[in-house]
Amino acid sequence: MWSGTPLFPESASTMAPRVDALYLFLVALSAFFSLLIAGLIVYYAVKFRRRSPDSVGARIHGGLVLEITWTVIPFLITMVIFVWGASVFFAMSRPPDETLNIYVVGKQWMWKFQHLDGQREINELHVPVGRAVKLIMTSEDVIHDLFVPAFRIKADVVPGRYTHIWFEPTKAGRYHLFCAEYCGTRHSGMTGQVVVMEEDDYQTWLSGGVQEGSLAAAGEKLFNDLACNTCHRSDAQGRGPMLQNLFGSTQVLHDGSKAVVDEAFLRESILTPARRITAGFQPVMPAFQGIVSEEGLLELIEYVKSLKTQSQGPDIRPQTGGPQPGEATPARRPETR
Amino acid sequence: MSRTLLLPPHHYLNDGFGVRSWLLTRDHKRIGLLYLAAVTFFFFVGGAFAVLIRLELTTPAGDMVTDETYNKLFTMHGVMMVFFFLIPAIPSVLGNFLIPIMIGAKDLAFPKLNLASWYIYILGALFTLYALIAGGVDTGWTFYAPFSTVSSTTNVIPTAVGIFITGFSSILTGLNFIVTVHQMRAPGMTWFRLPLFVWAIYATSLIMVLGTPVLAITILLVAAERLFHFGFFDPTLGGDPVLFQHLFWFYSHPAVYIMVLPAMGVISELVAAFCRKQVFGYKFVAFASLGIAVLGFLVWGHHMFVAGQSVYAALIFSLLSFLVAIPSAVKVFNWTATMYKGSVSWSTPMLYAIGFIGLFTIGGFTGLFLAAIGLDVHVTDTYFIVAHFHYIMVGGTIMGYLGGLHYWWPKISGRMYNEALAKISAAIIFVGFNLTFFPQFVVGYLGMPRRYHAYPPEFQVLNVLSSAGASILGVGYLIPMVYLIWSLRYGRLAGSNPWGAVGLEWSTSSPPPTQNFEETPIVTWDAYEYPTPVEGRVV
Amino acid sequence: MSDSPTTHREHHPALAHHFGSLAEQKEASTLGMWVFLVTEVLFFGGLFATYAIYRGWYPEAFAAASHELDIMLGAINTAVLITSSLTMALAVHAAQTGDRRRLMIMLVATMVLGCAFLGIKGVEYHEKFVAHHVPGLDFQFEKEYFRHAQIFFSLYFVMTGLHALHMIIGLGIMAWMLRWSWNGTITRDYASPVEISGLYWHFVDIVWIFLFPLLYLIGRHG
Repeated sequence: MWSGTPLFPESASTMAPRVDALYLFLVALSAFFSLLIAGLIVYYAVKFRRRSPDSVGARIHGGLVLEITWTVIPFLITMVIFVWGASVFFAMSRPPDETLNIYVVGKQWMWKFQHLDGQREINELHVPVGRAVKLIMTSEDVIHDLFVPAFRIKADVVPGRYTHIWFEPTKAGRYHLFCAEYCGTRHSGMTGQVVVMEEDDYQTWLSGGVQEGSLAAAGEKLFNDLACNTCHRSDAQGRGPMLQNLFGSTQVLHDGSKAVVDEAFLRESILTPARRITAGFQPVMPAFQGIVSEEGLLELIEYVKSLKTQSQGPDIRPQTGGPQPGEATPARRPETR
Repeated sequence: MSRTLLLPPHHYLNDGFGVRSWLLTRDHKRIGLLYLAAVTFFFFVGGAFAVLIRLELTTPAGDMVTDETYNKLFTMHGVMMVFFFLIPAIPSVLGNFLIPIMIGAKDLAFPKLNLASWYIYILGALFTLYALIAGGVDTGWTFYAPFSTVSSTTNVIPTAVGIFITGFSSILTGLNFIVTVHQMRAPGMTWFRLPLFVWAIYATSLIMVLGTPVLAITILLVAAERLFHFGFFDPTLGGDPVLFQHLFWFYSHPAVYIMVLPAMGVISELVAAFCRKQVFGYKFVAFASLGIAVLGFLVWGHHMFVAGQSVYAALIFSLLSFLVAIPSAVKVFNWTATMYKGSVSWSTPMLYAIGFIGLFTIGGFTGLFLAAIGLDVHVTDTYFIVAHFHYIMVGGTIMGYLGGLHYWWPKISGRMYNEALAKISAAIIFVGFNLTFFPQFVVGYLGMPRRYHAYPPEFQVLNVLSSAGASILGVGYLIPMVYLIWSLRYGRLAGSNPWGAVGLEWSTSSPPPTQNFEETPIVTWDAYEYPTPVEGRVV
Repeated sequence: MSDSPTTHREHHPALAHHFGSLAEQKEASTLGMWVFLVTEVLFFGGLFATYAIYRGWYPEAFAAASHELDIMLGAINTAVLITSSLTMALAVHAAQTGDRRRLMIMLVATMVLGCAFLGIKGVEYHEKFVAHHVPGLDFQFEKEYFRHAQIFFSLYFVMTGLHALHMIIGLGIMAWMLRWSWNGTITRDYASPVEISGLYWHFVDIVWIFLFPLLYLIGRHG
């Protein structure tokens, strides 16, 4: 019975040793001070045990030096822990520039993973060792949370927005994946596995299986099916901004504010375009809220991301006025919360 | 103590008999006992749910109850324990009974409002019991949106209404205490002569009065969204689910200080009485209570480190969360220093106080683990959190409550309980508690998420240990019920000051007269001013 | 606060047994009302915070929705409520000077104005219902701002509804004070119940003074 009982989780990502180091330091610190205090209490309780029923304690009010000491020293210690914890957190919050992106949609009560090349997985996520992986996540219904104990990472998956998380696996193997935000009846069933494979095995796995076409290709199909191409086109008939090189650029909106075109921007532009009209364009785009599913949105976003031409700047040619290529890119309007 | 003690001829318990004299009383002491009955009932109902939860978790598969039932069990356990036991227990039972006596007053500032607060609590409790009988709620006591407003199919509204109503009991009790402490102190009872229990209740009252209204409005918005589809938190209606979390935790973090500050106040009294010594650093302990109350309002975001708030917000909440730990640490050090060269008695209340200090220290240290964001990311929403808050709530608050109940039992009832049984139960509780909750730290770090009905088999051994501990803990809680009730009839008479302690409550009879004192005291001494050893006897 | 049981001091009928004097009782009840009003600030505060966040995110939708409110009725209501605070202050003064007749007249005036406020609010709510501006009840709005105008109206109904509830409770308190004025409980020595009722009434008025511009006057300048 005992042999199957681990007392410490496996360490399978680059972050795990950093988190464990902080944890073990805190365990040692806590154990030291707890034992110190417990020891003192027991010692005093014994040494100064009441000998006769009428005896009283000594007349001691307090001591300023002691008070200051045991306020300042804990303060300094907690500040050390704060800085340490913050530095680990910064590393967790900033994915490296080059990441393997995978989209995640959580819904009651399953996880749907979509690789860019079209591989879809349910409740199982295959990733390669030694490469930074970024998960871009949303929920279809209520708040969930993607948690991989072996990687020491966790993030809420929220309906109505995208959250992201990154990790770099260091060891091949199968690791638990849990939903860690209570989400209803089968919350404890919303589990899965992360399957970390050596790079070669991963490539083999990628090329096997039913090829459905990449996410971007699916997005292109959806783009045409939904008739987006009737307005977003490059000729005089086009009433919408052209989408080449749009992703990652900064746009001026009709109210004068500026926004960086990221996944959240595109999502909102499709669902409720009235909020995201680019300067110089009429607010005629219909809202696709309720018409496009979360997966459809991801496909469309990947398609827009894939639209790159050889030219340098944004290539939008509105019919009436608007920002010209080369115009100074304005500051970003905070959007992703 | 002489064996020929008699009960005083007139005291608050024989000042009127019959149901009406209790249900229409304005006497703060009787109202405290009305609360005692109510919170004890909810403690055992909530405890019964805990037993069922731990039974289910002895096996990895979800085989004892269905998913839905399990979700309702942990929800109702949380709702009842938090709102109907932990928040009211010490303030409304011990606070109501003792505050006027400790400050030398005849009653609280607003006795009728005090009685109304009890009825409001009962009304809220009835709504919640209705929700339980009608099938329960499954949102978790934190009822996050949009699950609670859109997805859950259970009795969210009746539960929400129940908590909303009971919140007003909390607000009005806090209001009553604040005005009482400001206005009703006896001549000579200056602020810095007040017992530290009064300081703690005062700080708690500030939190109750400022924080609970925000919970009330949050509940209102949840109900409005659920009933009328007003879109506050539902993204399909344009709302923001994370906004719910901000509003909810703005109250619910200070709420945990409502739960623990009064217990700390009790510990100050116990340590002083059972060392017959002034609390070391009285002013530091008093101000630490206020500091905890203020800082406690500034840290709510530490419940949301993985919820999607900005990195900078997270950093500020983390920093403040470390700061709020400091005053608690200061108190622990001061209590320990009080024991130095004290005359330390090993009576049951002191055992509870020592247990509190040890367990609260562990719980508090694990709070530091959680304030460190990089570590919190891994352990949040796991059993590590469950263990942390149970160390504070159970290892802290409940130990403080039981310690206070035992210490003031002779004052409340006029009788002593059986000391041997009391010591044994305290020991059983201590062992049972640690066996229940320490393994949860381990299984939490391993990655077992909270609110899980079924779990991977490698977590089983730790869960079995925890469940074994829970059964011991349950027994430990039942025994005091027996001997305390037994003592009401057969316990030996206590006399006005069985412990040889100082404090206004010990200068009046046990049980006290309805108006608390025969003559209004005039205070010329500091709190905990025990005679010097040369002066000898206390009593 | 010494209160020797042997001397029999004159005991004002309104003095509760646990207070030493009427002055102490008045101080306590006044402090109690102020603490209660602080809790009300926090209560409405949660709503105002929610309002501030959503307005910051969706300013155009909020402005468009705000324009649909009847600014004339809102302004009239503001004037009605401010006048009622005047009559309330006059009532308090009458109580303090022992002018029973004027006290009762002013209390009635305050109640009439309060009822007028609620009546006009009722008219406004009816207008909104007819215009399909009640979220959850076949809500209709221009497509561009549909989702976020719903949030505005949700906030509108909860905020003004809660305020109206407080007004109704205020009317109840006024009725109670009227009864006490009529049966002689309120005297020059014991005017504090009217005073603290006045505090409550003024608070409810102040909440409206914040609600009016925040709900009715978005984007109406220039």
